[in-house]
Amino acid sequence: MSMEPSEQGCLPGAFRLGYPLLRGRWDEMVDGDGTLRPHWEPLMGALAALPAAEMERRWAGGQRLIRENGVTYNVYGDPRGLDRPWQLDPVPMILPAREWRGIAAALAQRARLLNRILADLYGPRTLLAQGLLPPALAFAHPGYLRPLRGVTPRDGIYLHFYAVDIARAPNGQWQVMSDRCEAPSGAGYALENRVIISRILNDLMKSYAVEPLTPFFQTLRDDLAALSPRSRETPRTVLLTPGPYNETYFEHAYLARHLGFTLVEAEDLTVRDGRVFLKTLDGLQPVDVILRRTDAAFCDPVELRGDSALGVAGLVQAVRAGTVVVANMLGSGVVEGGCLAPFLPALSRHLLGEDLAMPGVPSWWCGHDADRAQVLERLDKLVIRPFLTSGGRGTLRFGEHLNSAGREDLAAAIRRRPGDFLAQARPKFSTVPVWGKGELDPRPMMLRVFLAAHDGDYAAMPGGLARIASERDGLIVSMQQGGGSKDCWVLGERQARPATASRPKAAPVRLVRGSLDLPSRVADNLFWFGRHVERTEDMARLLRAILSRLDEGADGGGADELPMAAELLRRVFRPPQKTRTIGAFALMAFDPAHADGLAATVQRVGRMASLVRDRLSADTWRAVGRLAETVDAQDDGNRLNHEDALSALNDVVLAGEALSGLAMENMTRGLSWRFVDIGRRLERAVHVVETLSGALAYKDGVAGPELDVLLEISDSTITYRSRYFSAPQFAPVLDLLLADESNPRSLAFQIVALSAHMEQLAVTRRSVFYGPEQRLAIWLSGAVRTADLLALCRPDEDGGYHNLEGFLETLRSKLWELSETLTRDYFTHAVSRSSAPAALREPQP
Amino acid sequence: MIYLIRHVTTYSYAEPVLVAYHHAHLTPRGFDGQSCRRSSLRIHPAPTLLDETGSDYFGNRVAFFTLQEAHRTLTVEATSRVEVHPRALPAPGETPPWETVAAMLRAANGPTLLDAMEFTFDSPFIPCGDPALLAYAAPSFPPERPILAGLLDLMHRLYRDFTYDPAATTLATPILRVLAEKRGVCQDFAHLAIGCLRALGLAARYVSGYLLTRPPPGREKLRGSDASHAWLSAWVPGAGWIDLDPTNDCIPGKEHITTAWGRDYGDVSPLRGVVLGGGDHSLKVAVDVEAL
Repeated sequence: MSMEPSEQGCLPGAFRLGYPLLRGRWDEMVDGDGTLRPHWEPLMGALAALPAAEMERRWAGGQRLIRENGVTYNVYGDPRGLDRPWQLDPVPMILPAREWRGIAAALAQRARLLNRILADLYGPRTLLAQGLLPPALAFAHPGYLRPLRGVTPRDGIYLHFYAVDIARAPNGQWQVMSDRCEAPSGAGYALENRVIISRILNDLMKSYAVEPLTPFFQTLRDDLAALSPRSRETPRTVLLTPGPYNETYFEHAYLARHLGFTLVEAEDLTVRDGRVFLKTLDGLQPVDVILRRTDAAFCDPVELRGDSALGVAGLVQAVRAGTVVVANMLGSGVVEGGCLAPFLPALSRHLLGEDLAMPGVPSWWCGHDADRAQVLERLDKLVIRPFLTSGGRGTLRFGEHLNSAGREDLAAAIRRRPGDFLAQARPKFSTVPVWGKGELDPRPMMLRVFLAAHDGDYAAMPGGLARIASERDGLIVSMQQGGGSKDCWVLGERQARPATASRPKAAPVRLVRGSLDLPSRVADNLFWFGRHVERTEDMARLLRAILSRLDEGADGGGADELPMAAELLRRVFRPPQKTRTIGAFALMAFDPAHADGLAATVQRVGRMASLVRDRLSADTWRAVGRLAETVDAQDDGNRLNHEDALSALNDVVLAGEALSGLAMENMTRGLSWRFVDIGRRLERAVHVVETLSGALAYKDGVAGPELDVLLEISDSTITYRSRYFSAPQFAPVLDLLLADESNPRSLAFQIVALSAHMEQLAVTRRSVFYGPEQRLAIWLSGAVRTADLLALCRPDEDGGYHNLEGFLETLRSKLWELSETLTRDYFTHAVSRSSAPAALREPQP
Repeated sequence: MIYLIRHVTTYSYAEPVLVAYHHAHLTPRGFDGQSCRRSSLRIHPAPTLLDETGSDYFGNRVAFFTLQEAHRTLTVEATSRVEVHPRALPAPGETPPWETVAAMLRAANGPTLLDAMEFTFDSPFIPCGDPALLAYAAPSFPPERPILAGLLDLMHRLYRDFTYDPAATTLATPILRVLAEKRGVCQDFAHLAIGCLRALGLAARYVSGYLLTRPPPGREKLRGSDASHAWLSAWVPGAGWIDLDPTNDCIPGKEHITTAWGRDYGDVSPLRGVVLGGGDHSLKVAVDVEAL
């Protein structure tokens, strides 16, 4: 019995899925006759067998993972742009083994070629002298860093990590669209895409032998470490990021964690004696290799761009002296931007003696008279990008989108400054299926492939970041412009293996317990993270205690405490004018515009968390996200529903407790944890003192109902009742909140914890004398332990508690002093924060 | 002519500077127009690291130094003895038409032209894309005019049209503003002239150095009253680089001493640096140029 050939290999339920073919494009999944390509059969078979609802359910899970893992991409020029969730499509792009081998080999050749060109441009420059490359392409390129000429990097490698965008033309031929040689992004997103897709399509992946991605990263890590100029057992490699405002900061933190490198910003590094050091709590630690994500021109304000705040002063000198390796080499960006493309075929033959294996998309540099004439003739069919002034990063202009006046303007601009422009043909990119509401829809795609220098050649990551346009006929494929991404499966030639193969294999590591490699800046941020988390919780408890009584107050009970409550609220929330009603306080608390409100404090928690993201567990990050969502939901302008607010406050308290629980249970007792905890303890200590002072300031004294409130906001009601079985009285309440070392909410408890922390920190001081922070902790502990509580809570003749007030005031100022001391001694690390590096220049008259 | 040059730069800081990185172009380079007989660099406080043997991308002599001890003042004293060999100037009428020069540079091949080609493009202080530069340059460069005649005319016009005014500009003033307001100092005039020439497709570089000054008749020359100076140099086929000083409307001859050249001020600023700490700072520069 024979089957109709058209049925064999046909997309099961292809017509049910209704996948249309777009004219004039190659489709990755279906051939010109509408037949499913063989390597898509298992996936489509499985997808078709999967009920649509099941797929929706799985995909909802995938999207939740993206949100919860905090996968984000910052979009410039969009007020909500910071931290936009990453866009991922569940259907992977699939490449058969043989096709991939060809792509990987062609791109490795291209990487070798670019490396050779870099070596020439920063060395003898024979390519320019012999006319193989127009001098303008180097001289006018902002990425040509003259101070680096004549500096030969270790092993002659300029390009350690290289990314290239390729797209498939309608005839099936892959073409190179652009090269990324400065500080390529995307590999971390590709890895995260794989993690998510292998979670939701685990069973489908089993039907393929998908090449895992992690061996590529292990090799990258080992190869980078091997570049270390010092032959040492454990070279220190850091990942240099421009900081959280960079569009791909998520990836910097993610890769740093994955590769086991310390994530650093420029201010964490310093050059001393011609070497690069990391400023840690344990002093300066030498750095051997820097994987940079900062553009090279910004890496050293002394010799490169003097206006850069992202640079390390003296870095170029250290590179020149060979005491540190920077990957990619400073200056590698000069081969980025596209203008080299027309010259690469000839350069490949000249430098490698080989034909270029993968063609570039047809392109013309307008600085060439003949090319310019061609470009001007067919401007309507080309894409024009400014080159010289922007290094190829300016806005693309599509000739076909311009009206005749616009085209005339562009032509005039090209004639005026021809060397400034590059023109590219715009082939119709191949399409891939995109999942949407149970249907598959074709979208143009571009694939970013990553390669790393390895063993004298380049190794490609088997897979890549597939990027898709936001519309069927989209011309631009860019995450900045709202497109999405896909995982890319490269099929292995081995037997199918479980999808879990993508998990990192345990690489042999030296066992290390605890590390002092904590940059001072990170310690500072962790400290404030701890403080803000605690402040959030304290504020929520206070507001909750009062709002819940407001309810009771309506039917007679509990109204007595309200005046004192207002006094406490005033102290904590610092209203700009005289806010009287509790409702007004609550509104203000949830208004993010009020700097001392709850919402603003929660925002600070989020900001601090994002600054130390690589130090926080995924669960902690999720808990921070939940905290922000809870508070955001309450900000609806001028109305506040009493019930909703109370329930939100409950959630905030829970989220705050969850955060501290996570810190207690999940952070190893290293320095990171220590600084979070110091922040929390210090904040809580201040809060106890503030609360007591606030209660005393309420002129009608401290009697039963007020004491109830005090116990509640300090979460000590149960403890009190279990001890005293009676209505609260001042002396025992004061003892419980101030001096009882067994009550985790008391001041004494915080001080005991702080003392222990100071003790441990002092180990790093390596001094036999007590440091100032230790002396303060000892003073505080003595003061609280020796305080005569009975005397302190005896009222004066005028009914006030002046001794107690004075005592609290002293405690408050000592706590403040402790915070300042920590900042001075541990966080700023010999450089006062008020004075960022200043650039000096002597003008010429 | 032989000159003794003393250039003292003093930075005073409101707060201690903890670490400082400096980069100096203070030692005159040698080339066919001059030879530097002797030079020394004295730095106080003594730097932790000092490397004064190097030369930069453009072949200028450069010194790097780092101070890792806290300090409130920094004094750098550069002393040099330089012999200047004035060169003969070609007759302006015999130089090639400027368009020919521009065309040569556009089609540049070969190592000799490469050196000139380098100086035909935009540089950080001198963006040349604005049509206003071309418009200002045009009257000096009518079709077929010999390049040197055009250069001299542009220099005369800059001298005539612009007012020397140290209060008008800072290091950050863009050249288009200088062009619009017609005021500035030597650095501005040099940048502007270079921008005009590059807009035409010609090669021009920035020269940093010194100028011998004379006291008013009957007066003693005051110590430290000289200053560093800046002008430009344009490439003329057959003659090489020809200096032009638009601030003083003259062709530098035996009274200009060259320290360094580059694309613009940024490549050759006499002393640049990055300091950690320091707070506000003030700068004092004293220069003496003495003819021996």
